[in-house]
Amino acid sequence: MKTGGMGVASKIFFGVLFWLIMLQGAPMAREAVPIIDIQAPSLRKIPIAIPAFLPGSEGPLLHEIAGQGLVYLADAVDFSGYFKVSSGRETADFPRLEGIVASKVNFSLWKNQGVELLATVGLAVDGEGQLEMECRLFDVIQENLLMGKRYRGPASDFRRMLRLFASEVLFQVTGRQGLYESRLAFVSDSTGHKEIYICDYDGTGIRQETRDQSIALSPAWSSDGNWLAYTSYVRGNPDLYIRHLEGGRGVVVSKPGLNITPAWVPGAFQLAATLSFEGNQNIYMLTGHGKIIKKLTHSWDIDVSPAFSPDGKQMAFVSRRSGSPQIYMMDMESEEIRRLTYEGNYNTSPAFSPDGGHLVFVGMRRGEGINIYRMDLGGGTVVQLTHNSGDNEDPSWSPDGSLIAFTSSREGVSRLYVMTAYGTDQRRLLSMPGAQTTPRWSLKPVRF
Amino acid sequence: MAAKMWVRYGLVLAIFCVMVLASCAGKTGNGDLAAQQELAEQQRLEEAERVAAEERAKQEEKARIEAERLAREKAEAERREAERKAQAKAAFLDTHVHFEFDSFALTSEAMKVLDAKVVWLRANPDVKIMVEGHCDERGTREYNLALGDRRARSAKKYLVDSGIAENRIATISYGEERPLDTAKNEAAWAKNRRAQFVIR
Repeated sequence: MKTGGMGVASKIFFGVLFWLIMLQGAPMAREAVPIIDIQAPSLRKIPIAIPAFLPGSEGPLLHEIAGQGLVYLADAVDFSGYFKVSSGRETADFPRLEGIVASKVNFSLWKNQGVELLATVGLAVDGEGQLEMECRLFDVIQENLLMGKRYRGPASDFRRMLRLFASEVLFQVTGRQGLYESRLAFVSDSTGHKEIYICDYDGTGIRQETRDQSIALSPAWSSDGNWLAYTSYVRGNPDLYIRHLEGGRGVVVSKPGLNITPAWVPGAFQLAATLSFEGNQNIYMLTGHGKIIKKLTHSWDIDVSPAFSPDGKQMAFVSRRSGSPQIYMMDMESEEIRRLTYEGNYNTSPAFSPDGGHLVFVGMRRGEGINIYRMDLGGGTVVQLTHNSGDNEDPSWSPDGSLIAFTSSREGVSRLYVMTAYGTDQRRLLSMPGAQTTPRWSLKPVRF
Repeated sequence: MAAKMWVRYGLVLAIFCVMVLASCAGKTGNGDLAAQQELAEQQRLEEAERVAAEERAKQEEKARIEAERLAREKAEAERREAERKAQAKAAFLDTHVHFEFDSFALTSEAMKVLDAKVVWLRANPDVKIMVEGHCDERGTREYNLALGDRRARSAKKYLVDSGIAENRIATISYGEERPLDTAKNEAAWAKNRRAQFVIR
């Protein structure tokens, strides 16, 4: 079993370095798990088979869940951009499962399909009418089980169970979880006014959060996922609204001048924001109740767009202190500031990867337009992720680090796109009227 | 005695008759002349009055025409003045202070525009204004909010330094949210990078 993960990993990474960590808390298997190496020059999609689910008994309920569930799981796994999914939807002679456990799996049959991973799902209804879903992930090459999970609950929860399983599958290759339970906040002018909306990780389930009929901007998630901070002109001035997502209680920070670019401190009911009531645009730390705790930057020029490292110890931000907007990093304890970007004279919108090792940002280069770049914070190497495709802005990492959401004008109007952390699989996230900007992925949930 | 009485009576009667006749003669001979004179006088007066009235009417008409002319001229002057004021106000509202890309420094052209703003603000001392800072669509939305704030503050500082009371001038930044021209070219971007003035 220990070598199972490595068998897949060696296939996956083509000699690229990878690390192993222990999977904690998986009830049916403990595996050595490869983590996708973000430094790799390219991402090779891992071929995975997701054959038809096996209902344990006859009946319309399990039959229906099997049908809908297969499509749902295949789409979810495919959405990550890390897999090449075969689910038999396209080919009629796609193999069917004889059973969901290793002893019933004909591995050579799946090897012949050219896949390296196999996901099996079995469905049953227990005596209390609850749905039981047994999910397994096999390494087809090594012919062994990588991970197994059993979920139990109301039949109507089958999508949620499949999201959890998809999360485990993605975890096997990225080493991190959280994509399938995440949400995105963004700005859309579909109604003729810029309002804030929230959708599920895959761009479905869109709901309108603000109805100010004004200009709403810069949504920011608290790390417990319960609060949203944003700027709105509903009272005339760009004020900062800190609102609980359920019930809408909260406060308004409306100092004279700017009250903009909020960013929550991970694991704390605190946020940084740019205020200009003292004349200069500096970054301040506020409580979740909107009270100023301290002034963080003391520049005579523009300081905006704070972004915190996952441990909250570093804050990246944009400053014009050198004469052009560049990205700086502040150590929150020592308050020491160092400059991170030197290339080009326009670098903005920093966002930390969830592992804290990387920063994505937006750079404007003469002749190249506006693109998204990824910096390795250890070595300082910068990789360009978007090329020749309109203006690309507002990068935001998914909470598991697998994907980056961003805004692009590649099809004319600004719309929301996603790509893998490698820059591969760039595609539209959602379709709705008007222009969409500023996607902000919810953070990995941390209670405070 | 009786004869003497009759003479007496006859004399009295005669005198009476003479007196009556005399009075009658006065009435027909001398009386006609006076009446004619009176009539002539009356006609003369009436004529004079008519002439005077005519003259008065002429004068009144003249005065009316003059007053009308004056009123017309005044209205015209007022209209011109209102127009001039409206034009000055429109110029105040429609002439924007422009900036270079990623800059909030005031160019000499910008200062000229601001000097005109100062003149207008002095002529309209009761007016309070809002200076809006705007950016072009290039660059980052959040950063542009801050840049617009600086542009509005740059313009305000110039006005205050030129003697306009600070409490008459508020500022707001709209970043790149309210472009004047949504075209994607340098001409449109240049138009959109501005400090714009509105009356509160």
